[in-house]
Amino acid sequence: MSTNVSKSAHDFIAADLQKIPPSGIRAFFDIVSEMDDVISLGVGEPDFVTPWHIREGSIFALERGATGYTSNLGLTKLRLAIADYVRDTFEISYDGKTEILITVGVSEGLDLALRAIIDPGDEVLYHEPCYVSYGPVITLAHGVPVPIQTPRELGFRLTRDLVEPHLTPKTKALMLNFPNNPTGATVSLEDLTDIAKLACERDILIIADEIYAELTYDGKHVSIASLPGMRDRTIFLHGFSKAWAMTGFRIGYACAPQPLIEAMMKIHQYTMLCAPILSQEAALEALNQPAVDIHEMKSAYVKRRNFVYRSMEDMGLILEKPSGAFYAFPYIGHLGLSSRDFALQLLDQEKVAVVPGSAFGEFGEGHIRCSYATGMDELKIAMDRIGQFVERLNP
Amino acid sequence: MDELLKILKHNALETPENIAGMLDISVEDAKAKIADYEKIGIIRGYQAIIDEDKLDLGRVTAVIEVNVTPEREGGFNRIGDRIGKFPEVTSMYLMSGAFDFLLFVESHNLREVAMFVSEKLSTISGVTSTSTHFMLKTYKHHGLMMTSEDEYERLKVSP
Repeated sequence: MSTNVSKSAHDFIAADLQKIPPSGIRAFFDIVSEMDDVISLGVGEPDFVTPWHIREGSIFALERGATGYTSNLGLTKLRLAIADYVRDTFEISYDGKTEILITVGVSEGLDLALRAIIDPGDEVLYHEPCYVSYGPVITLAHGVPVPIQTPRELGFRLTRDLVEPHLTPKTKALMLNFPNNPTGATVSLEDLTDIAKLACERDILIIADEIYAELTYDGKHVSIASLPGMRDRTIFLHGFSKAWAMTGFRIGYACAPQPLIEAMMKIHQYTMLCAPILSQEAALEALNQPAVDIHEMKSAYVKRRNFVYRSMEDMGLILEKPSGAFYAFPYIGHLGLSSRDFALQLLDQEKVAVVPGSAFGEFGEGHIRCSYATGMDELKIAMDRIGQFVERLNP
Repeated sequence: MDELLKILKHNALETPENIAGMLDISVEDAKAKIADYEKIGIIRGYQAIIDEDKLDLGRVTAVIEVNVTPEREGGFNRIGDRIGKFPEVTSMYLMSGAFDFLLFVESHNLREVAMFVSEKLSTISGVTSTSTHFMLKTYKHHGLMMTSEDEYERLKVSP
């Protein structure tokens, strides 16, 4: 005889997943997508279309019949080209045949890295405000997410002093993301060197998400993997989405010592098999041509960054001058609204979409993320409208 | 190229205030730099890029290859200046290769272009031959595509 007690659909969902709240961005997206004539500064991707030679390279590959699987690690010619690029750009040497894995964006790379290293209960540190997925992917890998606040007063920098108090015997890894989404902050060589020393002393692994590396505006980007002793304890994650404006191609890569790549590949081969071949061909085309388009896009971002920064300063908002990525993250906490209410009212009254800072973790509250991956004409209108809105709120 | 010139080349209507913001300089500096570029002739004018195909003006554009005999003193320049002064010639270049000058000539109709070539251009002393081609459709002009495709819409909010 069977019992009458039956589970609801919800009861079948894994406990770890139930712990994860829905993304704040998703909720906001649902509201914005219902509205017309909105100027959106809420977009985390370039407004540029992928450079034509890259799109054309992908079409050419399709015409030749590139429609099959590739090796699990990815096309050898692409991995060799990436090894050259990473060596020339970031001064880190990886063997293209054994130490590089082509992933479906950095997002997959992060997931693979965490699942490859976490035993249940291991703690993984990350700095916050941060990209929306960091905490959740650690939880999904059965790890314990440990956010470290990077305070606005310190320019959203991460320092050794901020990291150290969070280290415990269970700490397995520290995730780094500079230039940073959502704050636009970069990391100084001094801070990075101190953090690298700490990682060596306390024997922890670094997972470095450097997807915005090329979009560094004041000074040169330095990868933590290039610092003494760090290559062998870093999983370096990078991709083509941001600097080459290739978000929809979903193409990224992980570079790390062979045992780590081998472990990540084990998961990748059983879950993803390989990154899409056309995207791999497009990425190869991107690396095979001089980076003229990247420089042009970067030069446009610099001008917009300067314009947005000056406009927001003129409004009386408190913000760090962004030094990388394409986000400004001004403080709005003094205006008497939560970041969510600010964003909702701004959208309702001025038809400008920004993302509430709370979407990027508890420590993002009090801020809004404004993406300047938006054309100058729209940015000008958006700044005028945000200015009017702020003026009305000002006591 | 100077970043200020790049901005104006992209949008000649950009205000000094916005330019100053983008370049992180003062508005006075931006105005002074623009005035300076105008004065020394680096900025030679401001024009709108017009899709004339859409206006249906009934005009024709011809591209004319011209061969000339260079002169002992002055080479191509004197004859080049002379041809360039005709108002029908909208652009003109000295070229390497199979011919010497490349002319862009605008006119009301084919007959007018034919008259220009036969009565004005070919009769200039030193011009040895011409070859005239008529433009049928403009696809790209001054770096801008003149054919518009539907843009693929981006998500309004993404992480």
